[in-house]
Amino acid sequence: MRHFEIQLDVLRSRLLEMGGLVETAIHRSVLAVIRRDEEEARRVLLNEARINQMEIENDDLAINLLATEQPVASDLRFLTAGLRINNDLERLGDLAINIVERALTLLRSPETRPLVDLPEMANLAESMVHRSLDAFVKKDAALARSVLASDDSVDERCAEIYHDLTAVMQREPSRIPECVAFMFVAHNLERIADHATNIAEDVLFLVQGVDVRHHAEAKQPA
Amino acid sequence: MGATSDAETICPTGKTISSEPQGPLPATAAKISVRHLNFFYSRRQVLYDIGLDIPEKKITALIGPSGCGKSTFLRTLNRMFETVPYTRVEGEVKLDGEDIFGMSVVDLRRRVGMVFQKSNPFPKSIFDNVAFGARVNGLKNRDKLREVVETSLRRAALWDEVKDSLRKSAYSLSGGQQQRLCIARALAVDPEVILLDEPCSALDPIATAKIEDLLFDLVGSCTIIIVTHNMQQAARVADQTGFFLLGRLIEFDKTEVMFKNPSRKETEDYISGRFG
Repeated sequence: MRHFEIQLDVLRSRLLEMGGLVETAIHRSVLAVIRRDEEEARRVLLNEARINQMEIENDDLAINLLATEQPVASDLRFLTAGLRINNDLERLGDLAINIVERALTLLRSPETRPLVDLPEMANLAESMVHRSLDAFVKKDAALARSVLASDDSVDERCAEIYHDLTAVMQREPSRIPECVAFMFVAHNLERIADHATNIAEDVLFLVQGVDVRHHAEAKQPA
Repeated sequence: MGATSDAETICPTGKTISSEPQGPLPATAAKISVRHLNFFYSRRQVLYDIGLDIPEKKITALIGPSGCGKSTFLRTLNRMFETVPYTRVEGEVKLDGEDIFGMSVVDLRRRVGMVFQKSNPFPKSIFDNVAFGARVNGLKNRDKLREVVETSLRRAALWDEVKDSLRKSAYSLSGGQQQRLCIARALAVDPEVILLDEPCSALDPIATAKIEDLLFDLVGSCTIIIVTHNMQQAARVADQTGFFLLGRLIEFDKTEVMFKNPSRKETEDYISGRFG
């Protein structure tokens, strides 16, 4: 195997490792909210620096390979998609941190009955992240397209949660701070789904060479 | 192996490829049309059933590993192969719809100029090198000759560097300047097509960049076909690229498609350095 191919494999492995860390961070951040689990929240905070460091190192490796190997065709698509996925993974890590910060806020308020069905939305968003990374590993375009199809469902759940929380705030003004925290969590989950969608779009570019961002595919001449 | 239609052939990997023009038809008119072109050195066949359309006033790059037939193909386009004994060609090559094998070779080579891998200035002055073709064509008027030389050297982006030393030997120029002089010499007879056979292979990156910029300037007035081993050069300069392998045209498409998302695995493997 050529040196370049070995380096591409290194980058692929590192992105997958980073993806694993990010998936875990998201899952733990959601548990921290739903179970009011401070230990899970702390673990997410501890892993943030590692994710950030990996983003820098992966960027460095990809840019070096672009500069020195002048890749073309699928290698070029892998490196450009890899750079974007790397950035999306780091943002996903940040969003997990945002959720954890809301979890810590909620921990300071008295424990009450669940306000909204956050676990269902979280499951959908987490599934999208998992499937987008799975599609990256398997170079599976169909799986990537299934992620794109899920984004609207997450948006709908988010809108429902906003609606429900607004009703609670009108009924029980004393619970406004708690409701606002949940709204932020829902917003961050919605953003997580958006980044999973970005990753799936990059997988389609990698596998099929098509650009589906912003419905670009439909705009291209047949 | 099943029978193939008249318009199809089997490539070395066993896949069926069409001998009709590869890739999408050019949006602009075809300057050169090639159909069912076969080429032989004695009994050895080196080109197999080539079919493609070279669009007018565009840059077309031909790539492929050594010995794949790309330079031989280039040399069929102005019948330069006829200088080599025991060569034979079959098939059709048309320039603006006219069969090149039926026209005068002198007329063909005036319309289809060529620049070679190694710069080959004549042992004459810079001026006489550029004026050579025009003189052969019967131009004797000194003022007219001077005008042809200046115009050609300007088009070849060499005028500013040599305007004060036109009577010096062409051999006094650097390698990159000599190559641009050869391009100026080709331009002096106002060709419609310029064939370039690895014109930058012996040049440093600065001289290479000058030649590439020159191609961009020239393509507004003539059709350019360049054979290159430098993948990045093809990617930088060409509007469309053809990939040759073992004497066959494997893929011919827009350059951005060839380098971003080629449709043939052989192309992908070659341009990404996995063989060849």
